Formats: sequence, structure tokens, C-alpha cells
Amino acid sequence: MDYATSGSIYTVVVFVSFIGIVWWAFSNKSKANFDEAEKLIFDDEPEHNKRESKVDE
Amino acid sequence: MSEAIQVHPEYNYKVIRQFAVMTVVWGIVGMLVGVFIAAQLYWPALNFDTPWLTFSRLRPLHTNAVIFAFGGCALFATSLYVVQRTCHVRLFSDKLASFTFWGWQLVIVLAAITLPMGITSSKEYAELEWPIDILLTIVWLSYIINFFGTMIIRKVSHIYVANWFFGAFMLTVAVLHIANSMVIPVSLTKSYSLYSGAVDAMIQWWYGHNAVGFFLTAGFLGMMYYFVPKQAGRPVFSYRLSVVHFWALISLYIWAGPHHLHYTALPDWTQSLGMAMSIILFVPSWGGMINGIMTLSGAWHKLRTDPILRFLVVSLSFYGMSTFEGPMMAIKTVNALSHYTDWTVGHVHSGALGWVAMVSIGAIYHLIPVLFERQKMYSLKLVNVHFWLATIGVVLYIVAMWISGVLQGLMWSAINADGTLTYSFVESLEASMPFYLVRFIGGVFVVLGMLIMAYNCYRTIKGDSLQEPAFEEAKTA
Repeated sequence: MDYATSGSIYTVVVFVSFIGIVWWAFSNKSKANFDEAEKLIFDDEPEHNKRESKVDE
Repeated sequence: MSEAIQVHPEYNYKVIRQFAVMTVVWGIVGMLVGVFIAAQLYWPALNFDTPWLTFSRLRPLHTNAVIFAFGGCALFATSLYVVQRTCHVRLFSDKLASFTFWGWQLVIVLAAITLPMGITSSKEYAELEWPIDILLTIVWLSYIINFFGTMIIRKVSHIYVANWFFGAFMLTVAVLHIANSMVIPVSLTKSYSLYSGAVDAMIQWWYGHNAVGFFLTAGFLGMMYYFVPKQAGRPVFSYRLSVVHFWALISLYIWAGPHHLHYTALPDWTQSLGMAMSIILFVPSWGGMINGIMTLSGAWHKLRTDPILRFLVVSLSFYGMSTFEGPMMAIKTVNALSHYTDWTVGHVHSGALGWVAMVSIGAIYHLIPVLFERQKMYSLKLVNVHFWLATIGVVLYIVAMWISGVLQGLMWSAINADGTLTYSFVESLEASMPFYLVRFIGGVFVVLGMLIMAYNCYRTIKGDSLQEPAFEEAKTA
């Protein structure tokens, strides 16, 4: 396989993966996970004490 | 301030304290060397005809000190802190953490000794000779094991996005450092690159630009994704965007290196590819910048009362500026004007002093009271003074270099009707002199700010707190 062919295949693979990542990031399933993840930085403060609901799903 | 006195006995704060304090120390040292060599460009007599005081030997000392000693310590401190706080678990190994700290300090001291002696591999940002490179590799691996080990033993199911950026930064830097440091040693202090000619140049700038992309960007974005939301007291603007930001940034940055080698012996298609990838890089860079700044949407009033948040948000503005400027300078026709001129120097410092240093300083101001269990910094007013010194200093610096750079580019390419050069090099140097003075003054502002920071940190650690009506009132309002 020459460089042009392998380069073309690689470009398509990267493009498809990227669309896949965007699809995954904006799916409703990820939304719930992301909502939990973004709160992680506040979860270990003593005054919040929200940890019990966060430790493992 | 949301950070009340908290004791987190479960976390290893010792190594974070060590790295945080050394960030300030090395910041002052590295920036002082920078100001000194800036002065040398204006007053050449300042090299005192001493070999180890010449610009050529002190310049790599300056770059290594600010990037790897100051920036490196800031990255170690924040990454090892964030991974513990977001994984809710103590560091994987305390012994490895100590080894990382002392090993890194040893690398810095060895660099500070060998570079002024003229011992160098002559690869920009990778000047250290092979024995130090090997030590650095071992220290770096200890850091990687500790960081990923901590993530493996985490007590929560998610891996917070900041850790993704930190992880990508340390893995990529390991690959870059090892690949670019491949040499054939001929003695303890001298080695030759395994690569030759254009390939050597390409490997060097693949390393060089990704040192910018991963050491100076991905790592500090990890910092941004923790400290901006934390200091603002609200979650990041869009977690979805942060995920897309991560994958887009790491898959694109690795291709941008060839823009350092426009119009050289590098194959033309490689230059064009590097240019195209550099332009595309604008998109994830601004995605991340907007994500960080918009975290404050609805809470802009906090900028009035919180000088630490000012550092963090203004750093993002500089990040936005330099990631617009960078892709533009990577365009070959623009590069024909800008390359080898002071414009490049200005661009680097807009990124390094505006983005990297300011986000680190903001993070350290956030960390010091937490790590040493103090209510707040000794004086928020002094933080504010530092903020303005840093901002004015950076603006003076980059504006001076823009003007000087464009002036140089135009003078060097000016041609008479008969094809001869209009200006000699010395004429362009004379034209740049006033701007070198302005650059020096800007640098002095930045260093003054750092000295104030050191004093403020010292008093905070000592346990002092200054009563300040202005900031206190605003806070309770």
C-alpha cells in the first residue's frame, strides 16, 4: 500500500472516530454521567458531603 | 471564599506543598534570568566578557528554568493535587512522590550548572545532555506511575476531565522526550543526535511544538478545568464541550510541528500539512478557551471581588489571543514576514507569560491557603497588585515585540530596484533598540509581581492574615 492510500484510509478513520466522539459526547446517555463527573470537584468538601450518592453507581 | 479551613488527612499534601513553594521560587529565578538577558540585548556590556554570562548560554537557562522548573513544578503540584481531590483517594505512593520531587529538583540544579558551562545538545528546549536526559526520564516515569496508579485506585467511578488532560500531557511528553533525546554519546558531556539533516530538524520540531502543545497547553488546560470552576464555585460551562475539546486537541496538536520549518529543507508538502493542521488547531483551542471563560457566565461579578479569579480568567484571554495568533503565524505567507523576528518572541511570551504563568499563579494562590490550612491568602490586595503588575508587564512585552518583529520583517525583506537589500542587519537592530528597552521594563514588572507573590505566600504560610476592608466587604455583600 502506498502512502497516498494509507494516508487516505487514516484520514477517514480519524474523521469517523471524531464524529463518533462528538455523537457520544452529545448523546443523552452521556449527559447523566457528565452531570455527575462535573460535580466531582466539589464532592470532597466537608460542608457538601454529597459523597455517598456519588461513590460508584 | 468557598475554601474554608479544611483538613484532608487522607490526602498527601506534603509533596504538593513542596512543589507549590518551588513553583514560586523557580518562577522568580527563571524570570530574573529572562530580565537579565533582556537587559543584555539593550546593554550588551552586561555580559561582562564572561563566557558563562553570555546571552547564548543564559538564554537556554532562562527557557529551561521557566518552562521546566517553574511550569514543571506548577504542573506537578496541580496534577498530583487534582488527581487526589477528584479521585477521592490518597496518592498511589508517597515514596514515589518524594522521589519525583527531589529527582526533579536535581534535574533543575544540574541544568543550572551545565547550561552556563556551555554543555548543551543545542536542541531548543531539549538542551540538556544525555546523562541528565536519562535522569529526567526516570523521574518522569515515577510521576506517570504515581498519577495513573492514583487513578486506578480511585474511589469514584468517573475520571474528571482535568485528569484526562494531565494524563495526555505526561504520556505525550514521555514519548517526545525519549524520541528526541536519542543520541550517540561520545563522552559524559557530549553526544550527537541519532538523526541527521532534515529528519533531525523535523524530529526536533515535532518535539518542540508538542512541548508547547502538551507540556505548555494540555497540562495547563488540566489546571484550568479544575481551578477555574473551583475558584468560581460552579461547574464547568459544558462538560460535553470539554470532552470534545480533549479529543480534538490531542489528535490535532501532534501534527503542527513543521510550521517551525517553513521555507527550509523540509519537503514542501510537509510544510503545507503542518500549516493546515496548525490552522485547524484554532478550533479546539478556542473551544476550550470559551468553555473556561463561559464557566463564569452568570457570575461575572465575582471578577470584581476575587483577584485570584482574575488571574485565571485573564490567562484564558491570553490563551485565546495566542491561539489565534499562532495559527495565523503558521500560514506560510505570514510566516515569511514573521519568522526569525521578534514577533515570534512576542507570541511565545503572550502564551508563556499571559496564559501559562497566569493560570499557574492563579492556581498557586488558590492552593497555598488550602495546603497550609489557612483561611485565605495573607493579603488579597497584594494578589490584586500582582495581577496588575503581571498584566501590564505582559502587555508591554508583547506589544513591543509585535512592533519590533513586524519592523524587522519589513526591513529584512525590503529590496532596492537593482535587487540589493535596502537595509543592513545592523540597521534593523538599531530600529529595534527602543522596543528592547520596553521589553526589559515589561519583564521587570512581571518579576516585581512574582516577588510580591513570594512575600504574600511567605506571610500566608507563616499564618498571618491582613485585615482588608475593601475585599472583605465586597465578599460578604
